[in-house]
Amino acid sequence: MNTLIFRTVAPLLTVVMLVFSVFVLLRGHNEPGGGFIGGLIAAAAIAIYGIASGPMAVRRAMRAPPLSFAGAGVLLAALAGLLSLPFDVPFLTGLWANIDIDDTKVAISTPMVFDIGVYFVVFGTISAIALGLEDEEGED
Amino acid sequence: MTVAACIVLPFVTAALLPLLHRLLGDYAGWIAALVAATGFVALLAVAPGIHGSESMAVAMPWVPSWGIELSFLIDGLSLTFALAISGIGALIFLYASRYLHGHHHQGRFLAFLMAFMGAMQGVVLADSLLALYLFWELTSVTSFLLIGFDHTRPAARRAAVQALVVTGLGGLALLAAGVVMHQLGGQWELSGVAGPLADSALYPLLVGLVLLAAFTKSAQVPFHFWLPNAMEAPTPVSAYLHSATMVQAGVYLVLRMTPHLGGEPLWNTTLMLFGGATLLWGAVAAIKQTDLKQLLAQTTLASLGLLMLLAGIGTELAITGAMLYFVAHALYKAGLFLVAGAIDHGAGTRDVTVLGGLRDPMTLTFIAALLGGAAMLGLPPLAGFFAKEEMYAALVSASWGDALALAVLVAGNGVLGAVALVVALKPFLGQLQPTPIAPHEAPPTMLAGPLLLGLTGAALAFAPDVLLGILVAPATAVILGEAAHAPYLSLNFLSPAFLLSLLTWAVAALVWHRFDALRVRLVEFDRRLGWSFDKGFDALYFGLVNLADQVTRLLHHGRLEFYLLVAFVGLGLAALVPLLVMGGMPGRWPEVDLTFYEWGVVLIALIGLLTVVAARTRLFAILALGVQGVAVATLFLLFGAPDLSFTQFMVEILSVVILALVMTRLNLEPTDKRPLEDWARDGAVALFAGSAVTMLLFAVLEGSLDPRLSDFFNAYSAPVAHGHNVVNVILVDFRGLDTLGEISVVMTAGIAVLALIRGARRLRSAPPAADKPAPRRRTRKGASA
Repeated sequence: MNTLIFRTVAPLLTVVMLVFSVFVLLRGHNEPGGGFIGGLIAAAAIAIYGIASGPMAVRRAMRAPPLSFAGAGVLLAALAGLLSLPFDVPFLTGLWANIDIDDTKVAISTPMVFDIGVYFVVFGTISAIALGLEDEEGED
Repeated sequence: MTVAACIVLPFVTAALLPLLHRLLGDYAGWIAALVAATGFVALLAVAPGIHGSESMAVAMPWVPSWGIELSFLIDGLSLTFALAISGIGALIFLYASRYLHGHHHQGRFLAFLMAFMGAMQGVVLADSLLALYLFWELTSVTSFLLIGFDHTRPAARRAAVQALVVTGLGGLALLAAGVVMHQLGGQWELSGVAGPLADSALYPLLVGLVLLAAFTKSAQVPFHFWLPNAMEAPTPVSAYLHSATMVQAGVYLVLRMTPHLGGEPLWNTTLMLFGGATLLWGAVAAIKQTDLKQLLAQTTLASLGLLMLLAGIGTELAITGAMLYFVAHALYKAGLFLVAGAIDHGAGTRDVTVLGGLRDPMTLTFIAALLGGAAMLGLPPLAGFFAKEEMYAALVSASWGDALALAVLVAGNGVLGAVALVVALKPFLGQLQPTPIAPHEAPPTMLAGPLLLGLTGAALAFAPDVLLGILVAPATAVILGEAAHAPYLSLNFLSPAFLLSLLTWAVAALVWHRFDALRVRLVEFDRRLGWSFDKGFDALYFGLVNLADQVTRLLHHGRLEFYLLVAFVGLGLAALVPLLVMGGMPGRWPEVDLTFYEWGVVLIALIGLLTVVAARTRLFAILALGVQGVAVATLFLLFGAPDLSFTQFMVEILSVVILALVMTRLNLEPTDKRPLEDWARDGAVALFAGSAVTMLLFAVLEGSLDPRLSDFFNAYSAPVAHGHNVVNVILVDFRGLDTLGEISVVMTAGIAVLALIRGARRLRSAPPAADKPAPRRRTRKGASA
């Protein structure tokens, strides 16, 4: 499986998939996509990179333990919900703000932040499992 | 103001005490004593204003939305208890500052003790049933911490857990009782409960719950065993919690509830039976002891039983006797415990059989012991004497029941008197016996407590205005109602009560005379019996733990194939049983209308499926499963569910990758060899679950779908949640809380999977012996304490 072609293509493929996953994540509110599927694509990218270059290289590239991404994701999603606290509305109420950048309206919202949290949870958990299985030796 | 000084101040001080101890050393104990004294003075300041039903009430909002207030009430009854708690507390802190001198955790100890004092004041001052429950449980928790203070010894840990389990059980009963009372009266304030509740159908339940709480806290038979074990705590704790205050909380609860629950045969008889049994039990058990602290602990049991018995009799004389006895007992028992601590400190042992002749080296301790002993024996004119007179006078009648109760009281008081003689005289009279350390007098801070307590007890006898006017009369007025006017007895050498007192002293002298012989015989009897409530507790406690263990092993056997079997059979039954029972089985084959390329995708899925079953190697089966999954994902795409299909594609791809990794990394065999019977069983279950789900889907197709939900989400997704992708809007907005829960589960599952992978790796790298699951450690603490 570890052919030269695969090893050469895999990093490129990983980059493309990661960018694509962010694209899928951000368009999710109006088009097919979202945090869950985006997280799965990103995790698949990590798994491919791991098979090609070995889990150690992936861990170095990720800088933080994969599961900490998942933890940060849960935290981020919860914080997105807690933002409703100062506005005196129930937990997890969607809050929207429209920002104009060069005549383009960009909608920033707590559901989006929440979805980013979902993305990180799925991404972190699945990559942690995939990398954990790819590890030959027992450190992680 | 008073309430703040009694409850808030101790808790604040408790938080600061460890720091204060670091800064000031032993003097932190002085500050603690000062805090307790502040509460005492604050209570004394309001005492003259409290007569009969006159009381002070304070309330602050707690949970306003539910109408729950943190309300407190100072009336005659709570005043007496609160004065005892803060007054004795001040002396205990002074004593503890010296007793634990140089102990590494003295600051922590003082903090626990201070928090206990605040909680205990909360118990007696609380008016709201919820506040009462809260502080009641806090006393249990602080008692646990104090009993287990010397936590390196297994016996102390066991005693702490035992006390917590028993009193915690009572705490739950108290909470339930509070809820029942709230249901009956419509409010949480005890002072607002109108009149007796005996007419209610819930009355027996309420009595049962209140008495369970009181009996566990006040160590009545059959819950008595935790109290002697609690003597594992340092002596100041035994003197304070386990004689004068915390164990009296049950007595307090019974007296507090008497106006609402009392006067009925159920209440009175139960109290008299359990109180009488505890009195006799404690008296007999006291004779068996050689340790001074154990001797006193068993007599505390007896005294608690006596108080319950008096509360059960419930007449004016009996309640007056009970309040007098409570005051006298709190003073002398705390004092005698402190004497026991002083002897331990000065002579190095508490074994009463080896002590003797300490009157010269420990003269002041001897005086304190004599003062306490005289009060315990009930010599005139001390308060203990009049308490005895009142209770005897209450029972002098022609009825057989009263005569029986009288006999129990005389016997119990007689043995208590004998123990008083043993504790007050035996260590001090006779020849000076060799002791582990050269006997020397305790330092002044340790003598102040027992001496002051003894002198206070004696002084009260000559200050009836204080004893009766502040401590007893207002309390009895609360318990019995305004109209009650208990007659106070004066010294009368011809009354039947006095003759009974003479009889009591005769019993005391007799038992004292034969004390050692009786002890030998009783201990021998116990040894032959071979069973005790303490062992019974162990049997119950560890039996429960073992049962839980076995149930867990039964359900959590660790054999993956059985988990899967249960899961799939369950799935099949869950789909099929409702259809069969409720008659929704599909009647006909659903109509199929597919284009040729849709048929093609279905065909691919089928081929994938058959390949999974027929595949020779695992890897091939995994790939075939992926093919089948991708075909299903394509079907979703063709039928207009792009989101679902998209996700399905990724899940299928990742499943293949992860399954393949699992197979290779966990060194599974490349082929799946299983015996024919396993093959048949698994196949049957698969067919069963599969056809059940198919039936369910067919049934769904036959009915018409309810479009309300999809209509709602389609209509509101864009205008309300600013999103056109309904699936995503549901996930992150409409049902965001569900998603938050789900992602937490996903993360937790990830942690569990990683743990499994590491565990499997450790098993592989470890020597073969570790293949077996490590035997689970069962810590069984020594049964003897």
